[in-house]
Amino acid sequence: MLMTQRQALEVVARKRGNHVIVTTMSSTGIWPELSDTPLDFHYMPSSMGQGPALGLGLALGQTKLGVIVLNGDGCMLMNLGALVTIAHHPAPLFLVILDNGLYEVTGGQPTAGTGHADFVRLAQGAGIERVYAFESLADWEQGADAALAGQGPVVIVLKVEARLGQKTPKPPRTMPEQIARLRQALET
Amino acid sequence: MWEGIQVVAALKAAGVTHVVWIPDSDLGRWESALAGPEGLPLIRVCREGEAFAVAAGLHLAGQKPLILLQCTGLFEAGDALRNFLIDLKLPLAFVVGVRSFFLHQQGKTLDTCPLFTEPILQAWKIPYEMIDREKGPPELTRLLLNARASGSPYALLYPE
Repeated sequence: MLMTQRQALEVVARKRGNHVIVTTMSSTGIWPELSDTPLDFHYMPSSMGQGPALGLGLALGQTKLGVIVLNGDGCMLMNLGALVTIAHHPAPLFLVILDNGLYEVTGGQPTAGTGHADFVRLAQGAGIERVYAFESLADWEQGADAALAGQGPVVIVLKVEARLGQKTPKPPRTMPEQIARLRQALET
Repeated sequence: MWEGIQVVAALKAAGVTHVVWIPDSDLGRWESALAGPEGLPLIRVCREGEAFAVAAGLHLAGQKPLILLQCTGLFEAGDALRNFLIDLKLPLAFVVGVRSFFLHQQGKTLDTCPLFTEPILQAWKIPYEMIDREKGPPELTRLLLNARASGSPYALLYPE
């Protein structure tokens, strides 16, 4: 049985350590209920598929903290080249792909990759050595510590239940507020 | 032709910490100097939209990145440019190589790049300036320092 997106993110919230979190789209709607610190950055409003590249810049630009990007399968498909870019630049970046096989906030339409795109093999083919995949909550609970530790880049593919009827989420703070508190947190 | 070593020195004088790029055939001549031992951290991306995203992350982490891209890449990067420069209001600077600019001035090319580069920047409301290549790479330092002082995103057009 697949885990729900909330269950998957609850594990991230428990295991994140002091990593920066970058949410995109669907995860933006859930994450504020799990964590609300200056290191939680909701990338919304966003540019299509650019969450992983934003996270890479954050991971390359400072040496204190790792960065976890919570991306959807639809967002990932918008910018698959990011996997190659990430592989090329070793950095403490942990890219979580929440794969529900559809565009959740536009009405639940399938993506071009639904049913056949294999993000594990795509990440490996891009040159990323540390790639994990989990389908059950129990396996994700058990494997999260190892997956979210050590050297990056890391790609973690989580198969999650599809949700229908979701609206585009809103972050809990304005972007200027988010930017100010993230920058302050990274400076201290 | 600007030499790569001089360009690197100009970027360092302007406080640039990272270069995020996809080169064109003119900017690409700076590769060996940028990637060499006296160069700058060089972030290679696959598409130009990514360049704005990576540079945004670097900026949020306190760095001073510069994006180098070709004009065709500028056209590709519209959504990322709109988001990071306008929605997020990040004061990122970028250099755009304007392919066929000189030939276009002479009416000797059908290349549409020089036709659309400036109108695209105007449409996105991004301030920009054409680099006077006759002044040499120190001009790049001056323009980048002015761009940073402006506190807004800024495009510098490198005529080719």
